[in-house]
Amino acid sequence: MKPQPVNVLLLLAGVLLAPPALAHVQQGQAAGFVYGLLHPVSGADHVLAMLAVGLWGAQLGAPAIWLLPVTFPLLMACGGFLGLVGVPLPGVEIGIAASAILLGSMVAAQARPPLWTAALAVGFFALFHGHAHGTELPAGQSGLLYSIGFVVATGGLHATGIAIGLVHRWPWGRTALRAAGLAIAAAGLYFLRRAL
Amino acid sequence: MTARRVRSGLAGAALLLGCAAAQAHLASTGLGPVYDGIWHLFVSFDDLLPVLAIALLAGLNGARAARWTLFVLPAAWWAGGAVGFHSGAVSVPAGITSPSLLLLGLLVALDRRLGPSITAALAVALGLLHGGLNGAGIALAGREASGLVGMAGAIFVLAALVSAAALSLRRPWTRIAVRVAGSWIAATGLLMLGWTLSGRA
Repeated sequence: MKPQPVNVLLLLAGVLLAPPALAHVQQGQAAGFVYGLLHPVSGADHVLAMLAVGLWGAQLGAPAIWLLPVTFPLLMACGGFLGLVGVPLPGVEIGIAASAILLGSMVAAQARPPLWTAALAVGFFALFHGHAHGTELPAGQSGLLYSIGFVVATGGLHATGIAIGLVHRWPWGRTALRAAGLAIAAAGLYFLRRAL
Repeated sequence: MTARRVRSGLAGAALLLGCAAAQAHLASTGLGPVYDGIWHLFVSFDDLLPVLAIALLAGLNGARAARWTLFVLPAAWWAGGAVGFHSGAVSVPAGITSPSLLLLGLLVALDRRLGPSITAALAVALGLLHGGLNGAGIALAGREASGLVGMAGAIFVLAALVSAAALSLRRPWTRIAVRVAGSWIAATGLLMLGWTLSGRA
């Protein structure tokens, strides 16, 4: 498909004659959303733990596949709330590293604990992740859009984990998932060593 | 019981004493106040998210609840807006809209049967609160009150579409997807509440 000269000229005219973007009165909102969206994916420790939640949910099947990704954002928001209002939580970095170790091990072992135990474990570790994010939040960003971006990114990571975890239906997929769980647990050990 | 009342009274007094002036953040389309009102809803997530949440909740609670919500929500929003507009600058506790996000999001996530009357009462409370803030914002900005008509109309259409979509869900996983959306809304509300209490909002 060869570009037409008219289209090229129109594109050039559009670029060269473009006026500066004028934000309406809610200035800084987009920055808040993008910052919130990027924050959970900015640390490998957070990313791996959230992916592990999705992978484990996919291994466990219904209803855990839905319950775990609902539990994590809610409890993570509780942790974020505590971090925001300045309530200290001891051993946050250790808790985050331990979450990767435990959740990765669960995936590697294809563990099937009772549903409430799985939800409790995921919720417990979500508090540490949320607290770390809550204390790291910068002032001056749009709180609401930041929060939306933050929650959407977290949910997106879980959904990615679930989507990857769907390979569980095939024998090679089960092996691959267990290997991925092992890799996440190993990465968690590295994070733990760094945190201590 | 008395101690609980004293604690509740103190908490209420603390909220009222920590008032901040309503912050107007009105959109301007250049097409007039009615279109500004319509546009405002879609660019103001602190209004949009609770509307989505109550519409989802109404849809999950069945056709009767959805029908009630469809009519009482825009009406309450308009009535609250009229009161807010005529009373001028309204002082409200900072972050007053965060609990509505948290409560409605949690109710959607839990997927509890509430019945049409409770759902409608929640819609009225939401409409009066957010409509009042919008009306006060319009008055503060010195704009025309007809923007409230645009807001109420947009809310009617949005609530109709979202609650109908939630009502039509038949497969179990689709209903759970709505609950996941509710948990996201609740998480956003909780983070906003923390943000407000920390003084960073």
